[in-house]
Amino acid sequence: MMISLTIDGRTVEVEEGTSILDAAKQANVHIPTLCYLPEVQAIGACRVCLVEVEGNRTLQAACVSPASKGQVIYTNTDRVRKARRFSVEMLLSNHPFECLTCAKNLNCDLQTLAYELGIREVHFTGEKSGGRIDESSPSIRRDQNKCILCRRCVTVCQEIQSVTALYLQGRGFEARVEPAFDRDINDVACTNCGQCSIVCPVGAITEKEYIDEVWEAIHDPSKFVIIQDAPAVRAALGEEFGYPPGTLVTGKMLAAARMLGFDRVFDTNFAADLTILEEGTELLTRVKTGGVLPMITSCSPGWIKFIEHFYPELLDHLSTCKSPHMMLGALAKTYYAQKAGIDPKSMVVVSVMPCTAKKFECNRPEMNGSGYKDVDYVLTTREFAKMIKQAGIDFENLADGNYDDPMGEYTGAATIFGATGGVMEAALRTAYEVATGKTLENVEFSAVRGLDGIKEATVPVEGIGDVKVAVAHGLGNARKLLDKIKTGEASYHFIEVMACPGGCVGGGGQPIPVNNEIRALRAQALYNEDCALTYRKSHESPSIKKIYEEFLGQPLGERSHHLLHTHYTPRSKF
Amino acid sequence: MNLVRNHLLISIDAGTIMAGARAVEKALVEEIDRQGLSGEIAVLETGSIGVTGQGVVIVVYPEGLYYANVTPQDAHELVEEHLLKGRPVKRLMMTEMPKQHVIRKERTGLLKEQPRIVLRNSGIIDPENIDEYIAESGYEAIERAFTKLSPAGVIQEMKDSGLMGRGGAAFTTGMKWDFASKAPGDVKYIICNADEGEPGTFKDRLILEGDPHKLIEGMMIAGYAVGATKGFVYIRGEYALSIERLEKAIAQARQYGILGDNILESGFSFDVEVMKGAGAYVCGEETALIESLEGKRGHPRNKPPYPVTEGLWGKPTVVNNVETLANVPEIIRNGAAWYRGYGTDKCPGTKVYTIIGNVATPGLIEAEMGTTLRDIIYEYAGGIKDGKKFKGALVGGAAGAFMGPEMLDAQMDFVNLREYAAVLGSGAILVMDDSADIVGMLKSVLHFFKHESCGHCVPCRLGTSQLVKIIDKIADGKGKNGDIEKLVKVSEVMRDTSFCPLGQSPILPISSSLKFFKDEIFGRVTG
Repeated sequence: MMISLTIDGRTVEVEEGTSILDAAKQANVHIPTLCYLPEVQAIGACRVCLVEVEGNRTLQAACVSPASKGQVIYTNTDRVRKARRFSVEMLLSNHPFECLTCAKNLNCDLQTLAYELGIREVHFTGEKSGGRIDESSPSIRRDQNKCILCRRCVTVCQEIQSVTALYLQGRGFEARVEPAFDRDINDVACTNCGQCSIVCPVGAITEKEYIDEVWEAIHDPSKFVIIQDAPAVRAALGEEFGYPPGTLVTGKMLAAARMLGFDRVFDTNFAADLTILEEGTELLTRVKTGGVLPMITSCSPGWIKFIEHFYPELLDHLSTCKSPHMMLGALAKTYYAQKAGIDPKSMVVVSVMPCTAKKFECNRPEMNGSGYKDVDYVLTTREFAKMIKQAGIDFENLADGNYDDPMGEYTGAATIFGATGGVMEAALRTAYEVATGKTLENVEFSAVRGLDGIKEATVPVEGIGDVKVAVAHGLGNARKLLDKIKTGEASYHFIEVMACPGGCVGGGGQPIPVNNEIRALRAQALYNEDCALTYRKSHESPSIKKIYEEFLGQPLGERSHHLLHTHYTPRSKF
Repeated sequence: MNLVRNHLLISIDAGTIMAGARAVEKALVEEIDRQGLSGEIAVLETGSIGVTGQGVVIVVYPEGLYYANVTPQDAHELVEEHLLKGRPVKRLMMTEMPKQHVIRKERTGLLKEQPRIVLRNSGIIDPENIDEYIAESGYEAIERAFTKLSPAGVIQEMKDSGLMGRGGAAFTTGMKWDFASKAPGDVKYIICNADEGEPGTFKDRLILEGDPHKLIEGMMIAGYAVGATKGFVYIRGEYALSIERLEKAIAQARQYGILGDNILESGFSFDVEVMKGAGAYVCGEETALIESLEGKRGHPRNKPPYPVTEGLWGKPTVVNNVETLANVPEIIRNGAAWYRGYGTDKCPGTKVYTIIGNVATPGLIEAEMGTTLRDIIYEYAGGIKDGKKFKGALVGGAAGAFMGPEMLDAQMDFVNLREYAAVLGSGAILVMDDSADIVGMLKSVLHFFKHESCGHCVPCRLGTSQLVKIIDKIADGKGKNGDIEKLVKVSEVMRDTSFCPLGQSPILPISSSLKFFKDEIFGRVTG
């Protein structure tokens, strides 16, 4: 039902149940917000979106107040402006003012708001609630001095990821966002997914930066430094340089990597193709030999840590494949080291990932199939952009670069790994042809694309029958699938799970902000690249054929087992 | 059956238990037995007699004589002198007897005693015995509701009675029930808010300790009216005796078939569950209470939606205060017209107050709505202690307002006090004599708000801290010109911007203290 109301003298018609905030947009009025985040939370806590509603004793928070029929609303009165300033000044009275050295400088909602509200002086000083800096995690850094208690991280962690590693502890002035019993974040069931760092409006949660370490390696003449970029990076990196979401910047990304001084520029997409060969073979073997089904993908380290903590009894369902960049790291220090005659000891592998969980992953003790640390450093897309800026590279006018052989070439199947459903689609393209020996004409499996939380499809495969698959993104959705497996309701053969909503395009290390519109645009960029590539099936890649001929032998062979596969660790919920 | 010539009522409430009431009771029973009087003298437990801070209190009937500060060592003398020889023990007798009745003055101009409503049974019956409640017309109201009134009839009766919520917000109870009854949904809930957290308020505790069945009956009637079959009592975890007695009462009611399925063959089913709070002041706010009841952190919810449409687990829910619900059986049993015979036209009925501070007899009283502060202090509470002068009172708890001598003759009711920008709130009256330090009082009130702010919204979480900073400075004699104005300004914006009544409230004690004690407060600012 449509209702009509008046906002700043203009009449607007909105669907009943619309918030005042959304109704105001129709009146071309922008109401500032801080704790509100579409698709995540509307809790009316920051009191920045306050408006005056005729007949109401107090001001109302536009994000949580439903517009109602005949309401007369003012968004720009003296009372409203003073109230908004008061809330922001209160936050500033409790803020450390370290803007110049803050990782979120120039990308901080509080900073922007203080500017927009014209705050030139903070009239309040006094005791600061303070807090600690928690650097226990290899993935994220929490500086609680900067926390404004908007609770977006809490909500994303609890309601979207169903993890609840962070929650409000203490009360009132003492309230703080901390793991239970104020333990270190690394000592609780945190999956390192980094969604908290995406939604944090200030610099309270950021990724743990390894930029300086990487610069040091680059500048060390005794080191041979290799960089690799994940599929989703190329669909989002441009946003850090002012490009609209969904701009594909593969060529510039590769060129910039070379300009930064890396000795070799490989592409994680190469390893994504390899993953399909290994994982596809593993799936077919499980189906044929009556192995544990459904098999679940293992590319997303946030997801791996989730299942280790919350469903350790289901670990046998996981594919034993390492995630693609770990595969590439292991091959760089073995296959490529041999081929190029470089001492693997001097090699430093740097992965640019849309992900914070991969920072944890590369430090897992079992990730040393090469005899060395397979991947030395993981940088997020955001950190990579910072390096490019630090190096003074004119990203916009950069001519397209290219990757290096032998681990750069990739197919369309690899590049769509970055979008939810992409691994599944890539696997189906190869599995179908391997199992049937026939050519798959229509390579696009639209049923597994898009942003529905859980997607299901049934694919008839000659000789095997109907293959039932499911795709989940976001750990809350993954939990639903796992519960179905536990109760025996699920009859799938193969499941793809990505820890982050939207898959890697929405990863915890991606440019901020992220929302469904942006996720969809980034994914579309990858699907467009897929369409434009010569090869769209992983097993068709000449470089993949070559590495099996020259080095690996066959999928799931001895060398693969050693270098490309891993095992998992049951962990406790607490 | 023995013919009992004397009843000894011993007040068993949280306060008297701390003072050793159980030991006194045991000593009395043993002494009566030793002196061979067991057959003719009965010792009975009852809830609070309405006297606090005077140790163990007992009343001897039929004389109606009060003894206070009784110890086990006094048992011998009491039994021998009073019960055997008929000579009251003067040294233990209370000088100021608590008024057991509502005093009316408004219509006749004369003080006149009337029966109590809410506290009718408190301090008289044994709260742990359902039969005593039934003997005092207990559960007659629900029976009347079943047989003479439809649910709509109950709501009409409640509306006609004009009962307003006694938790402080003073919303018309009948209206609230009406909204809930009309809200779509098969499952609805009744919640009794027994998370009594206003400083200085303990009326609900004494109602719960003294007459738990009255609350159960009130909840049943509410459930019948709105179509709820389940009630929850959200009660302060510290109220151990209340919880114990309420649970006993629920068990007895279930045993009697008064709670459960198809009550009295009416077709109506209802049950009550007790949930303990964990000591957060904000959980007295109805939506924070609901969050807590759902097992979540006690944070308020945005309104709308109101609990009557979306409350506990998203279902239509009535949240009523203990005192509100305790009025209900009396209204339904005696009718709205009878109820309107008490109090004022706009604000019928009585109000239970806890009166504390510098008065001669602090404690629990029930007075008609509209009774003046002067009568409450001087008629009920024995006036100012040690013959000192009245300086002011903090009425309504921390979220209440200060009143100066100018307010002594103001009629105390929800509606009238609004005209003075004051509130009745929870009904706590903290009386101060002329030695009281207003800045010190304000300081402790503001510290309370800071301590109890839940942390949900910015203005309250950080604003209360600013208020504390300023008042501490003033109290330390380091206040500067402009500090008081800042205190007012911050609390004013907090009223306008805070999420829930907690952050909206500090303006009340601040502005009211300035209204009555401006010179004193400004005198503390050195410039």
